[in-house]
Amino acid sequence: MSTIAPQSGSRSHGGAAYRPSTWRRVQSWIAGHVVMFSALLVLVYLFIPVAYTFVFSFNNYRKSNIVWNPQGSPTLKHWKDPCGAPGVCDALVTSLEIGAIATLVATILGTMLAFALVRHQFRGKAASNLLVFIPMATPEIVLGASLLTLFVQGFSRFGLRLGFWTIVIAHIMFCISFVVVTVKARLQSLDPRLEEAAQDLYAGPGSTFWKVTFPLVLPGIVGAALLAFSLSFDDFIITNFVSGNETTFPKFVYVSYLRGIPAQANVIGFSMFVLALLLVIAGTLVNNIRKPKV
Amino acid sequence: MGLFSKSGGSGGFREAKGDLRLQEVTKSFGDFTAVDNLTLEVPRGSFFALLGPSGCGKTTTLRMVAGLEQPTAGRILIGDTDLTGSRPYERPVNTVFQSYALFPHLTIRDNVAFGPTRRGEANAAQLAGDALELVQLSHLAARKPAQLSGGQQQRVAVARAIVNRPEVLLLDEPLGALDLKLRRQMQVELKRIQSEVGLTFIHVTHDQEEAMTMADTVAVMNHGRIEQMGAPEELYDLPRTTFVANFVGQSNLASGPITGRDGDRIVAEVNGTQVAIPSSRCAVDSGEVTFGIRPEKVRIHEQRPEGAGSDVQATVRDVSFTGVATQYQVEVPSGAVWNVYEQNLDVKPISVRPGDQVWLTWDPAHAFGVPVDSDAAAEALAAVDAP
Amino acid sequence: MSAFAHAAGGNAAVTHQDPPARRRSWATWLLLLPGFLWLLVFFVFPLVQLFTVSLQSKYPGYPGYYYRDVNFGNYVDALTQFGAHFGRSLLFAGLATLFAFLLAYPLAYAMAFKAGRWRNVMMICIIAPFFTSFILRTVAWRQILADDGPVASTLNFLHLLPGGRITETWVAVVAGLTYNFLPFMVLPIYASLERADHRIIEAGGDLYANGFTTFRKVTLPMSMPGVLAGTLLTFIPAAGDYVNADLLGSDRSTKMVGNVIESQFFKVLGGFPLAAALSFTLMALILALVFVYIRRFGTEELL
Repeated sequence: MSTIAPQSGSRSHGGAAYRPSTWRRVQSWIAGHVVMFSALLVLVYLFIPVAYTFVFSFNNYRKSNIVWNPQGSPTLKHWKDPCGAPGVCDALVTSLEIGAIATLVATILGTMLAFALVRHQFRGKAASNLLVFIPMATPEIVLGASLLTLFVQGFSRFGLRLGFWTIVIAHIMFCISFVVVTVKARLQSLDPRLEEAAQDLYAGPGSTFWKVTFPLVLPGIVGAALLAFSLSFDDFIITNFVSGNETTFPKFVYVSYLRGIPAQANVIGFSMFVLALLLVIAGTLVNNIRKPKV
Repeated sequence: MGLFSKSGGSGGFREAKGDLRLQEVTKSFGDFTAVDNLTLEVPRGSFFALLGPSGCGKTTTLRMVAGLEQPTAGRILIGDTDLTGSRPYERPVNTVFQSYALFPHLTIRDNVAFGPTRRGEANAAQLAGDALELVQLSHLAARKPAQLSGGQQQRVAVARAIVNRPEVLLLDEPLGALDLKLRRQMQVELKRIQSEVGLTFIHVTHDQEEAMTMADTVAVMNHGRIEQMGAPEELYDLPRTTFVANFVGQSNLASGPITGRDGDRIVAEVNGTQVAIPSSRCAVDSGEVTFGIRPEKVRIHEQRPEGAGSDVQATVRDVSFTGVATQYQVEVPSGAVWNVYEQNLDVKPISVRPGDQVWLTWDPAHAFGVPVDSDAAAEALAAVDAP
Repeated sequence: MSAFAHAAGGNAAVTHQDPPARRRSWATWLLLLPGFLWLLVFFVFPLVQLFTVSLQSKYPGYPGYYYRDVNFGNYVDALTQFGAHFGRSLLFAGLATLFAFLLAYPLAYAMAFKAGRWRNVMMICIIAPFFTSFILRTVAWRQILADDGPVASTLNFLHLLPGGRITETWVAVVAGLTYNFLPFMVLPIYASLERADHRIIEAGGDLYANGFTTFRKVTLPMSMPGVLAGTLLTFIPAAGDYVNADLLGSDRSTKMVGNVIESQFFKVLGGFPLAAALSFTLMALILALVFVYIRRFGTEELL
């Protein structure tokens, strides 16, 4: 907004006065872009360790992947054999499986809760909102500790051992709240007139929901699912408490940290990052092409 | 018009034909009564306007006809079919919403085809195409609503409603979001569409000019009740309440006691001046009366006119030249400020300036009398300022 | 117009309670039941159980065995033996929250107002590092900040590093916490800025002319719900974290409560009751702080 003022001011001095205004124009350009510039700096900051991970995936290290070994580096050998380190791909598959199941269940349960909390009137609504909020306000370590207590003392009686399914259960639990919050925000910003218009146009409750409400809330649900998957895939603290002998990708990295993390973990970590980035950028591009600007 | 053929309704859909009738309809929200014992009959095929300030109950009335609200008491019928209690999707009624409420995820064609598709019309796409042609938007059928201008969205909203050939079409402030020029254009267009399809249109608005230019019949609402209903000319010429006098056009009003009769005129004394009102145009015949005269019916004179009947001396406060007319604000002896419009017909315009003394005259045949209502006058003025 | 229409629309749902509400009440419970059941069985119930564990007593002479009891001694131990750890947890988390806010706001602002159609890409740029794994990135920081790493050696060369090192100090721990929870600060602030009416901010620009005043008087207050949610989502997990202190800190001077809880659970025989008491004390401290914070700045929108 402030970019216009100095320029129009300088114009009144006539052609000769353009020289002093150059600095002012630079100044106003900086003022106009300082926010974008610092935002990009923060993004770069977010990417620094990712870049480090990427670089060290090419390290031809001897004992552990900590110091850059100039002899033979960069090498593609870890990229050619990403499952070369024992257990790393098993851990990745476990993490993907857990993430998929936890995301699916948490997204369904959380979306249902969000609809009830926004669209329905019932007694105890405030308490229900609190029940959804408190898991987010509880430190992960407390969630992990309490679930461990439950699984060890309560559920072992029913034959539930620590492992894959206890991790799934825990991940669903902490993802639900995030799904509810995300879908709720989308639902609340939905114009109620759209549903009224659908009813007015002969859509009964069922078709109003499936033809209007659901498609409009869907981006929120997809966003919630993406968030749930990334939270599940990246979780370490809770997983560490309830995993028993099962190893997820973050746990694999943590456990192998003392011995030195194999470069294959760098390959996988970086590939997952790129994959996520590409998927969403592709989605955005498709969207942008489908609705050209008028 | 044969294009809009209607096959049998689906599910609980109620076929109904005839006049729209509201019988003693009341709607309360807690302690607040939005619509108060309203009885109304809208003849089939007419263009009907509900006019009133914010919060007068006109939108609630509309929503009850649409089925989006259920009345607390009373009945709503089309012809002889009682629609009270039925759901919006069961009624042969469609709405053009205030902010259009176009489905953002559907194309224009799918938006318009939404109603026919839901009712299981086999040729929904064909119907949608015809409706888009009617509003001259066929070339934009493949776009999404966000890619259209406000005026175009408005026309899509109209097409989406009329494609269903409803018995009654409801328009909720449909032109409120458009700029003045576009609004004028759309007023003409809506009128054209209405005469082309011959449906009953119920148009809700707070813009009295819009109501007057478009509707066959205007109902002025205030506090959940209809203050007065009639043809636009009728409402303007002979308001029956202070509220209508102020809300439909402007009026110069002054109150005083009735002092007697002079033939078929009622004479009242208002701030020391004797004024006459034709008794057929006076809503009260004894006690206090509010005398009213429209600004353009008042003449302004620089010299005291000879032998005039009801003349008043006044001081000019403000003069504004609007091209075709000149608008004066003058202070009458009671201290009230009156508006006077003079059409600029003469080659030489009247050359008064603020502070000048002038004389006002009018033809008593144009005067009207309404019951005294001090609250309503103040409210109406506030409401006129609001939008 | 709209004021009334809103009032009417808002009330409609409430006044319609007669037939529609009853028709929908079973639907409401159907929607609520699975989610609530999950939260009850796997959140509320375990917390209750953890609480009973925190009151248990050890069998004297039998390490690793304990019995049901109402023994608040565990809480006394938690506070007296590990007071410094609690202090560090809250202090480090507070600092990390502050720094995360300072970094997150420009990013969220740029996404909401400057990014145009690329805001989704920026959004995924914020989430995508999750997929590299939090542990892997924290280890990367450890190597980047290590004594012979590029940052520490440059600063040492310039004589700008008083202690001579970054890792094994509280600076590294706070930096790690800031980094790891930054996305949780950005996303809520972005959401509230995006929802805000941009015209109001433009109007603010007209009124105040000065960009900073516009920001302080108009933009910041409008994003307060997001700032509030973001600070909570950053502070709470940061206060309970132990991975950053473990990977970036030293053994003695930077341990947080999380480290104690983790080691009591996994490394100390019979540490369960004390670990449970530590967990509950941490949760109570955090909830108390959050409560005061919401009371001071809060809005209902959070819930």
